[in-house]
Amino acid sequence: MSEETQVMSSQYLTFNLRDESFAIEIVKVREVLDVASMTRIPRMPDYMSGVINLRGNVVPVMDLGLKLGMAPIEKSRNTCIMIVEIDAEGVLVQMGAITDSVQMVVDLVPSDIEAVPKMGTGLNTGFIEGMGHLDDKFLIILDIDRVLASEGKAVLRDKATIAAAE
Amino acid sequence: MDYSEIFQEEAGELLEELETGLLELESDPENLDLVGRIFRAMHTIKGSGAMFGFDDIASFTHHVESALDQVRDGRVKVTHELIDLILAARDHITSLMAAVAGGEPPDPASGDGIVAGLGHLVAGGETPPADDPPGGKDVPPQSGGGGMVHYRVSVRPGPEFFVHGGGVEDVVAGLEKLGDCTVLIHQDADDKTGDQWEILLTTDRGENAVRDELIFIESAAEVGVAELAREDGPDFCEHKRLGEILVARGEVDREQLRVALAAQKPLGELLVDAGLVAPTRVKAALAEQQLLNRSAAKAHKAVDSIRVASDKLDRLINLVGELVVTQARLSDVAAQTGAAALLEPVEGIELLTAELRDCVLNIRMLPIGTSFARFRRLVRDLSAELGKEIALETAGAETELDKNVIDQLADPLVHLIRNSIDHGLEPPDERLAAGKSARGTIRLAARHAGGNVVITVTDDGRGLDVDAIRDQAVARGILRADDDLVEHDILNSIFVPGLSTAREVTSVSGRGVGMDVVKSTIEGLKGTVEVSRSVAGQGMTVSIILPLTLAIIDGLLVRADETSFVVPLSEVEECVELGPEEIERFHGRQVISVRDQLVPYVRLRDFFELPGERPEIEQIVIVEVDGIRSGLVLDDVIGDHQTVIKSLGWAYRNAEGLSGATILGNGEVALILDVPELLSRAIVEEEGTIGCN
Repeated sequence: MSEETQVMSSQYLTFNLRDESFAIEIVKVREVLDVASMTRIPRMPDYMSGVINLRGNVVPVMDLGLKLGMAPIEKSRNTCIMIVEIDAEGVLVQMGAITDSVQMVVDLVPSDIEAVPKMGTGLNTGFIEGMGHLDDKFLIILDIDRVLASEGKAVLRDKATIAAAE
Repeated sequence: MDYSEIFQEEAGELLEELETGLLELESDPENLDLVGRIFRAMHTIKGSGAMFGFDDIASFTHHVESALDQVRDGRVKVTHELIDLILAARDHITSLMAAVAGGEPPDPASGDGIVAGLGHLVAGGETPPADDPPGGKDVPPQSGGGGMVHYRVSVRPGPEFFVHGGGVEDVVAGLEKLGDCTVLIHQDADDKTGDQWEILLTTDRGENAVRDELIFIESAAEVGVAELAREDGPDFCEHKRLGEILVARGEVDREQLRVALAAQKPLGELLVDAGLVAPTRVKAALAEQQLLNRSAAKAHKAVDSIRVASDKLDRLINLVGELVVTQARLSDVAAQTGAAALLEPVEGIELLTAELRDCVLNIRMLPIGTSFARFRRLVRDLSAELGKEIALETAGAETELDKNVIDQLADPLVHLIRNSIDHGLEPPDERLAAGKSARGTIRLAARHAGGNVVITVTDDGRGLDVDAIRDQAVARGILRADDDLVEHDILNSIFVPGLSTAREVTSVSGRGVGMDVVKSTIEGLKGTVEVSRSVAGQGMTVSIILPLTLAIIDGLLVRADETSFVVPLSEVEECVELGPEEIERFHGRQVISVRDQLVPYVRLRDFFELPGERPEIEQIVIVEVDGIRSGLVLDDVIGDHQTVIKSLGWAYRNAEGLSGATILGNGEVALILDVPELLSRAIVEEEGTIGCN
């Protein structure tokens, strides 16, 4: 690999939410954990799953799929928590995001990533950095800062598309 | 930390001390000890400024120091103008230091103005501001008739020097009248160096007399007077080493001297080589010398405090927090296994941990008086600006609070004091007309009360205008006009954003922003603020109640459903049971009779919408907030718990009824209840449901 492509390519961590493939930049991810005991914080939105004890630190955790407007997670053996470090209003904070499964680390060069079409996908482009090509599959590359730092649910699809799909 | 940071930190402290000293001096102008303290602070800033290469700070400070020196000698009286000027000088130094740290450099004209002002004030004294290069030999206290002092006088005539006639020889003749003169160097002008003289003068007349002799040539020549040694001084008996003298004179620099010295054999070796002394004897003599030096050094510095970076302390506190958690876990395990041999040492560790915790937390405690000085300055400046006469009284300066709390408390207190000065205290004529003394008083007091610190800001001004506040609050929909309004509630609506009763907006306050910021800052510190007293024509009191520390609290661990909660022990009164009969007695209404007093309660399961069935017999933890007793109904009371407070994190900053989290011995996360918030929410929600019906 030439030096130039090394500089240009970035590594992404791919994961599944329900049955769709997503990816975020690997530099955002601190670690990946199994789901352990979690303390729910009462009177908070359903996608705010609670807090966990991460080696003596209290770290908030979200159901990422639910936050993006999908059905609540059904826990399985593959369910895990990605600990990510995000920029929340200028402050770096650690947060956990529950995913159905974490897949692998991939290298993507800019030519692998396409801008999200303004229409046709039914996706809320504000939370998406782009669509990544991987072999013959598409990955939705999330802007994890904006997703997790946003108030309320960061619904990817608008309601009309969901209704049409059902 | 690099040198510049060390200098900044030290100078910052000295400037604070300077300010405190100056303000004290204003009320006690005859106190020469204070003048001495102020002089020393200024002197140290000058010295270390020069040492670290901040020449503009050093040279500016030098002028102020010279003026202070005159005050110390009693030649210049302490006046209001003098203190004004020195305070201005202090601010100028602060901005010079900010410039060092990369800030905007201050206007040099303001510094010159201060120097000119000081020069004018001390003109009655014997000397104009000295022109001694800063960082050279320190200007000593004036002896004026003490023992003999050796001075080095250097004169480097400028081009105009000879226009006025006379010569350096005349100057030397003048100096000879003062004492013994030796001309050390007389270098005739050549192209490079110009004419230069150096004269060693031994006199008992003091430096001012020497400078007086030189005063007529100062405008046309570079003149320097440096004290070398005084016969009555502590260091006179010590011989100056040749190297030191050469360095002081700038003939060689330290590095050159070091190289030269390294080539030289120590005296001991020379003597041994010459066969005069046995090597062992030299060793013994050296050991004796070292011992003497060491004990002298020990006597010299009596260290009673050390400077520690606060992030190191934060780390220590975190570690102790972890230790407390692990110790709790150990106690759990020991109690379960029940091995007698284990219980005793575990108990020992428990006691030690508690003591360690208290010690470590205590390190961060500072007397709140450290922040009082700035308020004194604020009151002084504002009273001058607004033409009011104000005295600031303080009490309880020794009351200790967590450093973080003190730092964050400064802005709210500044705001409260400004408000009192601007709105509360009347101008002198109005006060006299109302039969009060012309001088208003603001009292800033701090005291301990249980696990809390209470800080009050009291003024004897006109007090709050209850009617005006009610009208405004009603107009803005903060209060309802038809409500049976309690005066306390009306007064405290001044903490709601946008409410201002100031008749006009001034530069100081009156824009209706601020009191709400005060409230939110205090609440951020887990404290409360309220107007606790306001009497028309007599003044008002604002009380701030703060917890002693933010890091670790004593809590009561309780459980509702699967979740563990911690109730701060300082709020807990007692625990009672709630069985079916009690609920029946009040027909399901959420009140219970405790010691013949009706106490309303909130069920945590309902408030937090917890799933699952409630047990037949529940527990009520009776809490007292603002003098009102209420109950929290929950499943189980587990016991005391040393609670290391952790933030719930950014994502849960809006959590309701909770102030944080803590980690239990088994690794589980328990939630810390924010009892006052929980209760007030519960009240609002109950009112909401009644309204719907």
